[in-house]
Amino acid sequence: MHRGDAAGGKMILVLDLCYEMNSLSEYEFVHPIAETLKRSGFCLEVMHYKSMHRGMHSGMQKLMHCKEIGKNDMDMDMDGLEKFSRVILCGTALKDNIYLEQLDLFHWIRDWKKPVFGICAGMQVIGRVFGGNIVSQPAIGLEKIDILEDSALMGERREIEGYHLHNYGVTLPDQFRLLAGSPVRVEAFCHEEMPIYGIIFHPEVRNRWILDRFANLVY
Amino acid sequence: MKLGVLFSGGKDSVFACYRAMEKNEVACLITLVSENEDSYMFHTPNISCTNLQAKALEIPLISWSTSGEKELELGDLKAAINSAKERYGIQGIVTGAIESVYQAARVQRIARDLDLWCFNPLWQADQLDYLRLLISMGFLVIISGVFAYPFDASWLGAELTKERIRMLSELQRRYQINPSGEGGELETFVLDGPIFKRRIEIVKASKSYANYRGHFCIEEMRLVEK
Repeated sequence: MHRGDAAGGKMILVLDLCYEMNSLSEYEFVHPIAETLKRSGFCLEVMHYKSMHRGMHSGMQKLMHCKEIGKNDMDMDMDGLEKFSRVILCGTALKDNIYLEQLDLFHWIRDWKKPVFGICAGMQVIGRVFGGNIVSQPAIGLEKIDILEDSALMGERREIEGYHLHNYGVTLPDQFRLLAGSPVRVEAFCHEEMPIYGIIFHPEVRNRWILDRFANLVY
Repeated sequence: MKLGVLFSGGKDSVFACYRAMEKNEVACLITLVSENEDSYMFHTPNISCTNLQAKALEIPLISWSTSGEKELELGDLKAAINSAKERYGIQGIVTGAIESVYQAARVQRIARDLDLWCFNPLWQADQLDYLRLLISMGFLVIISGVFAYPFDASWLGAELTKERIRMLSELQRRYQINPSGEGGELETFVLDGPIFKRRIEIVKASKSYANYRGHFCIEEMRLVEK
């Protein structure tokens, strides 16, 4: 039995945020997430964030149907997301910040009721979608992380070590709680009411248990 | 995007090069020739042989000398990459890092300082699955050095085969060795593969081995049409 059953009987959507579809970065920022979940027995589908709207990803059905109602505005139909029980937004290469120029492609996060987990770039996207600001915060390598409160995603309060690879962080948006780090250096956050989480470090490196915890979240 | 591949001649850098060539243009290979056998960053056995591999791949090679002393060698790596940027106009670099946060973080910092993209197409790959993929795709890999218990002299010069991968899997289970050798347990050299325009044939080689440490030293080799 696939553990997709434990995750609500549906698939996890692993969303590639890299600069282009099928990029060389996909091996580094998407495959390790997908492989970790597969090894834990979860069902998943990988998709590039641009293909969510264009339905261009080969062999995959359209995730959403949208019609343009303004130059940068989209009216989305959430039907395409129904097959998924949760979504993971993956990270990108250090020099890759193109996703920040296309935030209108992520506004669906505000209306989707199921768990969303943003990793690094994915966390920045969630933060921006809910009104946070992108701030310069370069970090490369293993660094200590203070987990400030108990949570379903990261467990109990303690200090852990995580792999960082980012030039930017994001401020804590309204309606979000700080789970790890500090107000000026947000390592992890969660929405106060919705099952939406973000972490700025990369759990696929030495902290794969966080991916398992997200995949097993009860909501 | 034009890329430079950090190239040791071992399986990881060759396979990273293969993946980079599938998606982008590899403009050059970059080899650091370390004078220190125990270099923290750079693979050393048969490193001078990368010249012939570059010819076999028909990709230009930048061969850069380094003293191989911890941290100082990073300055040499940066100079080599900068040279590749100036000579070949590369916009990014590619490494064969799999698990080593130590190596990956240092190369990422250098890429950031030089305003280059950095790609690690083997990052966090399951090592045994990766080894199986490597040989299933036609890469001919030999073991060119062993540096840990319980590797004996029979590994030196041996081809990486399904049976050797099975043995590595067993050693991982019993001794927690890193099956891809990224922890420095073993080193490899690639003689052929799908991106090789010509294959490499070893004409003369020698072995040295003592106390679970040994080298397979290629003394003479040549390019052969495929």
